[in-house]
Amino acid sequence: MTSLFQEITPGAAQEIPVREITVMVNGERRSAVVEPRLALAHLLRQGFKLTGTHTGCDTSNCGACTVLVDGRPVKSCTMFAVQADGHDVMTVEGLAGPSELHALQEGFKEEHGLQCGFCTPGMMMASKALLDENPSPTEDEIRWALSGNLCRCTGYQNIVKAVMWAASKLDGGDTEPAEVDS
Amino acid sequence: MMKLRFASPEMLVDINEIPDLDYHRIDDDGSIRVGAVCRHADLERSSLLATRQPTMAAAAPLVADPIVRMRGTLVGSVCHADPQGDWASVMTALDASIVAQGPNGRRSIAVRDFVRGPFQNALAFDEVAVEAVVPAPKGEPAGGYLKLERRVGDYATVGVAVAIDRVGSQVSRAGIALTAVGPATMAADAAAHALTGRPLTTDTIGEAAELAAQAAQPKTDHRGSADFKRQLVRVFTSRILTGLLRSEEEAA
Repeated sequence: MTSLFQEITPGAAQEIPVREITVMVNGERRSAVVEPRLALAHLLRQGFKLTGTHTGCDTSNCGACTVLVDGRPVKSCTMFAVQADGHDVMTVEGLAGPSELHALQEGFKEEHGLQCGFCTPGMMMASKALLDENPSPTEDEIRWALSGNLCRCTGYQNIVKAVMWAASKLDGGDTEPAEVDS
Repeated sequence: MMKLRFASPEMLVDINEIPDLDYHRIDDDGSIRVGAVCRHADLERSSLLATRQPTMAAAAPLVADPIVRMRGTLVGSVCHADPQGDWASVMTALDASIVAQGPNGRRSIAVRDFVRGPFQNALAFDEVAVEAVVPAPKGEPAGGYLKLERRVGDYATVGVAVAIDRVGSQVSRAGIALTAVGPATMAADAAAHALTGRPLTTDTIGEAAELAAQAAQPKTDHRGSADFKRQLVRVFTSRILTGLLRSEEEAA
C-alpha cells in the first residue's frame, strides 16, 4: 500500500483525516491512504510513481494531465484522488508494455508529433479516448478532440498527423505520411 | 475556486456517486429537466436537445473544452455563478429554474434570482441543487448561443443567448441574456420585450440588438475594450435572430 500522508503533508497533524482508496490503475489494483484534498494527478505521480502524467497548469487549462477514468478523458489535476476510488484509471504508461509502443506512440514518433514532449502524454490519452470512440476520425474531429490540450512547440500540425497515422495503423491500413491542411 | 483560494471549505461532499442524477429528459408537458450530475458532454450529444431545445443545443459544444465537458455539469456551472459562465445565460434566456433540496423539502428558484453575483448563489448552506428545469415552450422554440473566446477553453470575451418561442410567425415569448459583460449574468429584458408579440423583422431585430447592447455593462480588459464587447453583443444578437428569420423565410 502506498501512503501519501507522509509525502504530501510532512508531519501532518493528527486531526487531518485520511481515506483509504482502491483504484484500478492500468489494469492493476492499487490502494493508497490519501488526504481528501489530494488531486488524482498527484496520487498518480507522487503516490504511484507514474510520472508519465504531467501537471502543467494545475487549473484544467492545458490538458497535460489527461488520463482516462472509466474510459473517459479527464484532466486529473481537477479531480480528487478520492473521487477515483473504485474506478478504472488509465495513464500513458498503460498504453503499451515497457518494450513495445502503442500505435499512438509510434505515430508520434513517426510523424514527429512532439518537440519538448511535455504535452505529449495528455495528447496521447485524449487521442486514445477519441480513437476508442471513433476509429477513423477526420482531421477536424481530431482537432476538435484535442482542443482542450495545449502544445506550445509543434503548432499542432504533426500531432494531428500522428493521430491520423495511429488511426490508420490500428485500422490495419497503410501508414504513409499523412497529409493535413496547413 | 479552491485552487484559487476563493473558497476553503472544511468539508466537501461529492455528489458524483449519487445514483440517478445524471439524467436529462423532457416531461409530458414539454419542460426539460437536467439532473445535477448530467455532464456537458451528455448535453452536447443529446438528440433531445438537438430537436427540442436549440439554444441549449447551440451552447453545449461551446462550454469549456471537450475534456472538461466530460466532467463538468450544467447545474454545477449555474451554481458556480461565474459571470463568464455560459449556462447561466442560456438558463436565464429560457426562464429556467434551479430545484434545491434541503431538510425542509424542495424549492424552485428562478435562475435570474439564483445567481446573486460573482460566485454567489441563492442556495442555503444545507441545500443541494438537484436539477435545472426549463419550462415548456409557449410555441415552437428557436434560438441560439454565440460566444467569442480567444481560444477553446478560455473564458468568454462575450456570449449571447437568445431563446424565442413562436406561434406562426409571431414571437410568443423571448429571452435574451449576456455572458461576460457585467458583474453577473445580464438579462437583456428590454431587448426580449421588443421582440414579444411581434413577428421577427429586420426592424425588430435591429431594435433588440440595440437594446441588448445597451443592457451590457462590459469592462475594458485584456480581452477587449468595453466598446468592442458592446458591439459584439449587438452583432451576436442580430446574427442569431437574423439566422432565425432566414430559416423562417426559407421554410415559408
